[in-house]
Amino acid sequence: MDLFFFAQYMPMYLKAAGLTVTLAAAGIGLSVVLGLICALVRFYRLPLLRPLASIYIEFARNTPLMIQLFFLYYALPKVYLKLEGISCAIIGLAFLGGGYMAEAFRGGLEAVSRTQIEAGLSMGLTRLQLIRYVILPQAFAVAAPALAANTIFLIKETSVFSIVALADLVYVFKDLIKEGHSTENNLLLIGFYLVIILPVSLLFSLWERRLRRVGFSV
Amino acid sequence: MLDSAFSVFSQGRNFARIVEGLWVTLEISAVSVLLSLILGLIAGLIMTAKETLGATAIRLYFELIRFTPILVLLYLFYYSLSRAWGINLDAKVVAILVFTLWGTAEMADLVRGAVTSISVHQRESGLALGLNESQINHYIVIPLAVRRLIPGVINLTTRMIKTTPYIFFINVPELIKVGQQVVELTGFKNKLASFWVYGFIFFIYFMVCFPISRYSSYLEKKWGG
Repeated sequence: MDLFFFAQYMPMYLKAAGLTVTLAAAGIGLSVVLGLICALVRFYRLPLLRPLASIYIEFARNTPLMIQLFFLYYALPKVYLKLEGISCAIIGLAFLGGGYMAEAFRGGLEAVSRTQIEAGLSMGLTRLQLIRYVILPQAFAVAAPALAANTIFLIKETSVFSIVALADLVYVFKDLIKEGHSTENNLLLIGFYLVIILPVSLLFSLWERRLRRVGFSV
Repeated sequence: MLDSAFSVFSQGRNFARIVEGLWVTLEISAVSVLLSLILGLIAGLIMTAKETLGATAIRLYFELIRFTPILVLLYLFYYSLSRAWGINLDAKVVAILVFTLWGTAEMADLVRGAVTSISVHQRESGLALGLNESQINHYIVIPLAVRRLIPGVINLTTRMIKTTPYIFFINVPELIKVGQQVVELTGFKNKLASFWVYGFIFFIYFMVCFPISRYSSYLEKKWGG
């Protein structure tokens, strides 16, 4: 074990970890918004938008992130617009995640019982109030485990971002292979991912426990 | 515009190479899924059998694997095996090894979920009918567990297919790698080559995964509840 190696290359890894966390947060945040919109579009059977949302969800869920990124980064500039690596990464992750999040929310929305909605309507709530105060809190509670699983999955998916020329953790790892010290390098790579992923997983399980205590979840 | 697409795919062996890339993708997925099913079934049954130290250890180990990005596992195995331990394996073999490791962890979790989801009163009803332990397993637990397991197993297949692009990073000529080579070969003359090739590969993945995932959700609906 060479402690000097850790000291020397820690800053590079830290910087890369910062990039991974930032991109993951932006992409996952957007995917939650996109997924919620798609799920609501399908829940309310909005004409025209509904088939579009369904087609999008199927495409996002049935293709790998890597080909989505390749298409955004290498193919799209030839016919339409050029995007930076960072934009590609965030858009790609949001595109992929939106489909998965939409499915998670669909499960949650379908679990909200008819009587809850009718009770809300009879109290004179507007459609937006109904969504905000009755439907969403219950849908989120039911969808929580799926949202957690998707979030972890999406953080893991960020590991491919070096193909759109971003210096993420995997990129740094590969760059340092030539320096030797493979044990130390291996530990840093796996360590940084676990340091990012485990706390997120822990937070989600605390959230799920809280939801169970409140009695929201089924 | 369409003739540029035609020229990309008709030039040389471009189309044949993409088909070969698809074959590599499907081959590695199929072998990895098959191995994962067998090993995962065994691991899952060990985990559900008894709360022993061994079962807990297996479970923790699998949790760790499921938390680690698959690309990281792939890199660790690919570079560490050759550099640190001097074992030189073909990249394809490393890919199957890592995917099987991951797939086994996922499969074991599916098995555990399927077996523990069978409610106690199913078992107790069997006992009340005078069935013995092996009859209960044979007539009640296994049929129920298999029905709960199969949609997840089919789903695991599409997840495996969507995981294979990672082997691009260790230079296995799967779909995307082959696509990249085709683009490099034709992109100089044909400006739209990357659009057609990557668009086509995007579509291939969809055409492979969509029917499988549809079938999985059909079974889930049919057997669910």
